[in-house]
Amino acid sequence: MSVGGFDAERLSVGDIVAEQSYHLTRDSLVRYAGASGDFNPIHYRDDAATSVGLAGVLAHGMLTMGFAVQPVIDWLGGDSGKVLDYQVRFTRPVFVDAEAGADVNVVAKVGVLDQAGARIDLTVTFRDETVLGKAQVRVALA
Amino acid sequence: MPVNAELAGRSYPAAAPYLVGREKVREFARAVLATSPLNFDPEAARAAGYADVVAPPTFAVVVQEHTLAQLLADPDAGIDFARVVHGDQRFRFTRPIVAGDELTGTLTVTSVKTLGGHSMVTAETSIVDAGGAHVVTAISSLVVRGDE
Repeated sequence: MSVGGFDAERLSVGDIVAEQSYHLTRDSLVRYAGASGDFNPIHYRDDAATSVGLAGVLAHGMLTMGFAVQPVIDWLGGDSGKVLDYQVRFTRPVFVDAEAGADVNVVAKVGVLDQAGARIDLTVTFRDETVLGKAQVRVALA
Repeated sequence: MPVNAELAGRSYPAAAPYLVGREKVREFARAVLATSPLNFDPEAARAAGYADVVAPPTFAVVVQEHTLAQLLADPDAGIDFARVVHGDQRFRFTRPIVAGDELTGTLTVTSVKTLGGHSMVTAETSIVDAGGAHVVTAISSLVVRGDE
């Protein structure tokens, strides 16, 4: 059976199924604020971020969670209906510089293969440190 | 004011129904850098067996948010929003959300734990469609920082 060009029966635990880099800018954060309705100013105003002790404006955790699963959906042929369960822990902030933005890298690897399908484990890094913990996507391969 | 330790097990009334619009799905899909045609093109979504464009998985948070607002606004819960940090997030799907869905979320606090001076509140929002069928459960753990 083929999923998004991959042969699911040939998958092995440890296989990297997708890898993608994302460049975020302040515009990305404003766009996500509008789309999601999360207008916490720490995501677009440096003064608001520094007033609560942050180094600067940071990306919404839910934005990072939102794009981190997209490489997996692309691998699944674009069908997010194959995503059965998706969880993350927010462990480190992604600071988005006003000029340089932020680059976040996503690596999606097969963690478990069983009758239900696969558990895909995401490694999401910013400045060479992981920003999500226990980022796991349960997918149906049928 | 500390988080109310008696909060665990409390459910809030169902939030007002949320009607999922096609343009909202597209807007959200662009915002999370989605590229699948199923998120944007109704014909592509129909060809894949869906009634209309398919929302990215984390779109469920938009519906969940209305139920979290109930919890945060409850003075008896004792959750100071200024001290809240999002700890964990999870979505368990029966099916994806599609444009045209009328969704209703009902939040239940499943646990309150105290760690050091901080509290961890876990809340589950069960989201059902207009026919009452389960679509997705959204689970958030909120860390509420204690007084410094």
